[in-house]
Amino acid sequence: MSNDIRIKKGLDIKLKGEAEKTIEQAIISNYCTIRPEDFHGIIPKLIAKEGTQIKAGEVLFYDKSNELIKFVSPVSGKVIEVVRGPKRRIDAIKIESDKSLDYHDFGKLDANSAAAEAIKAHLLASGCWPFIKQRPYDVIANPNKLPKAIFISGYASAPLAADLDFTLQGKEAELQAAITALSKLTDGKIHVSVGKTSSSPLAGLSGITLHKVSGPHPSGNVGTQINKINPINKGEIVWTVNPQDLVIIGELFLTGKFNAERLVALVGSSIEKPRYFKTLIGSEVSTMVYDKGISKDTNARIISGNVLTGKQVQPDGALDYYSNIISVIPEGDDYDFFGWNKPIFDKVSTSRALTFSWLSPNKKYDLNTNTNGEHRAFVVTGSYEEVFPLDMYPLQILKACMYKDLDEMEALGMYEVAPEDFALTEFVCVSKQPHQKIIREGLDLMLKEIG
Amino acid sequence: MGLKSKLHQFKEKNRDKKWLPAFSAIHTFLFLPNETTHGGTHIKVADDLKRTMNTVIMAMLPCLIFGMFNAGYQHHLALGEIQAVTQGFFSPEFWTMDNFMVGFWKILPLVIVSYGVGLGIEFIFAIIKGHEVEEGYLVTGMLVPLIVPIDIPLWMLAVAVVFGVVIGKEVFGGTGMNILNPALTIRAFLFFAYPTWMSGDKVWVHGAKERANQIATGENLDAISGETILGSLAQNSKEMVDSATDIWNAFYGFIPGSVGETSAILILLGGLFLIFTKIGSWRIMLSSVLGAIAMGLIFNGVVDTGIVGESSKFYGLMSTTWWHHLLIGGFAFGIVFMATDPVTASQTNKGKWIYGFLVGFISIMIRVFNPAYPEGVMLAILLMNVFAPTIDHYVVRGNVKKRMKRLKVKTA
Repeated sequence: MSNDIRIKKGLDIKLKGEAEKTIEQAIISNYCTIRPEDFHGIIPKLIAKEGTQIKAGEVLFYDKSNELIKFVSPVSGKVIEVVRGPKRRIDAIKIESDKSLDYHDFGKLDANSAAAEAIKAHLLASGCWPFIKQRPYDVIANPNKLPKAIFISGYASAPLAADLDFTLQGKEAELQAAITALSKLTDGKIHVSVGKTSSSPLAGLSGITLHKVSGPHPSGNVGTQINKINPINKGEIVWTVNPQDLVIIGELFLTGKFNAERLVALVGSSIEKPRYFKTLIGSEVSTMVYDKGISKDTNARIISGNVLTGKQVQPDGALDYYSNIISVIPEGDDYDFFGWNKPIFDKVSTSRALTFSWLSPNKKYDLNTNTNGEHRAFVVTGSYEEVFPLDMYPLQILKACMYKDLDEMEALGMYEVAPEDFALTEFVCVSKQPHQKIIREGLDLMLKEIG
Repeated sequence: MGLKSKLHQFKEKNRDKKWLPAFSAIHTFLFLPNETTHGGTHIKVADDLKRTMNTVIMAMLPCLIFGMFNAGYQHHLALGEIQAVTQGFFSPEFWTMDNFMVGFWKILPLVIVSYGVGLGIEFIFAIIKGHEVEEGYLVTGMLVPLIVPIDIPLWMLAVAVVFGVVIGKEVFGGTGMNILNPALTIRAFLFFAYPTWMSGDKVWVHGAKERANQIATGENLDAISGETILGSLAQNSKEMVDSATDIWNAFYGFIPGSVGETSAILILLGGLFLIFTKIGSWRIMLSSVLGAIAMGLIFNGVVDTGIVGESSKFYGLMSTTWWHHLLIGGFAFGIVFMATDPVTASQTNKGKWIYGFLVGFISIMIRVFNPAYPEGVMLAILLMNVFAPTIDHYVVRGNVKKRMKRLKVKTA
């Protein structure tokens, strides 16, 4: 049986500003910022109060509802500020880096010989657990439950995504250690997917089930692959891990250190010279975006993550916990005279309603953040299905989320999806509905009511 | 300071005013707004609802312009002032300024009343409910003048538009929430409230009704008849579709009928444009045609068996060759521009096939069996609008069942 996955429905959004395959060491960031909102559904209980001196790998906070899940500092230094929002919610923890990267030693652990419990404890104690996410609900995995399988997508199909074949080069040992460790935590298989023509270091690992993926975005989304390989049924759990985070997990087992180093692609049409940077989780984006990037007064949006699912960050903001890409695109906060009916050549469209992107499928676009229209009720039908490869009904599931019918959400496949699976339908939505938000709120409601 | 910044400042200054949606509607008509994405995707496709609706209107414009020529042509033809066309679609007798002006002055007021009244209501509801003015009526407002008889009094149209927009759409929550196609709701209202104005053989040609009234008051004039092909078929006077010329005329649209519904060729082009732009559903259009053909063939077969004789009152329409049904009446216009309304049609792709097929099938059935009014497409679409959610329900259940089965296999 072939393990290949071929996706037909979808859309590759081709943008200008793809990263050149050169790696630069980013300027060492003065500050490191960890934002609890990166970890959806976590209520942080702070350990490292303001003024505490910490080493890289030492605990900053843990999850109130599951004290085993710990979140650690990527750098050594001093906690200088805990930024709080309304109701004393912790918005961010800011650490002043001493730039020496003094690591806390968790001790090496041979994944081959270690028991499952030891591996789990090692991951939890070292702050590597949050890299493991689970579906249903797209939240950090519950360590008390056994997943039926673990999925890792080594194929990035999102717009301007970092090329994982490139960023994972030379990391075979770390990846193998992480895979070996994770394989002890599930009864099922570890499904790893790579691009059809890729030379990914993931392909050579042992203990995995390899899938070759081809087709337009969202073929690289782990949710698409789960749906095609082994869809989630009610009551089942699968885990997903980003490949770049496997490297950190692997390094923990090999060296005993929590090394939050990450190769980050700086991309987007606003960037003068898009390229890769070696940096740390939580580093200030300003350490990367200004050198041959954008000038200070450019009206551009900096996004930690890709243009479909990433988070907007301010120029003084930081790389978030899961992203391996910083996208910078122009803001679109200007009016366009008769923009709704004149022929459009410079924007992407899936229709041909005087929009001409169908004429040149390989053209690269310079898209800005304009919504190209106002928010409306759902009117058009059939356009989501063209870009949605999962075997479910996107419009119906969105509506079920909106009218909060838990039974209907469950029946339509809510356990299988994450907000990112609805990024493309949100992109093509003529009514400019916030699909990812609707799905996120739907998942939160299910998590709260059903658990 | 340009218009752009002036309007922007005006909007910012009046952010909290209740009437802002009314201003915004006009502002966003001139300028695509400066709104940027927040949360979710940072980029969006070029299309919005205005562009979508505008595309449908563009597809209808040829029908509207043709309707203006045809109104004048039918008027002059009925009065015996001109000869019937002889040289195909581009016959010079048809495309005269004289014909156009007659139609233009009759149809322009219909367009103005339709848009004026309908958009007026949309604006009022937008202000009361505090949302933006939605674009749904842009298409409805263009459809309405195209599907009414030419001489319909303007007050009647206005009343119908009020009914259709308020009861057909706004009470359900506005654009995107309605169950019935608003344009057809308006037409159905007219049809049931003022039947004498909506059927018979006097309403389809400009001047015919007036002439009939003059004759009734004793003036010595020749009556002019504006009977539609469907009307004569329903009365078993079959001569109207006997010759190839008549079929070509029906295809080109040189026949009496509602303002914009007559020209099958322009509707076909509009339909192809909608399919090409991916705005209209090819599934619905194709399956409707298939449904109509199926029903037409069934009727033809029944006639061939001899069960229905020439004396039967259904004979005329039943014996109409199956593909002629596609050319006459409002069928083509209905399936291209109204059955495809995404809000009221089935929303799943599989559902669209079923929905479309039934629209076509039932259209021809009603057309043949309805004694009062020999056009079925309006009622067929309205009927299927009501059933569309049911069709979708069963289509979606199919997907749900698949998921349940997967679960059962696992747990078994």
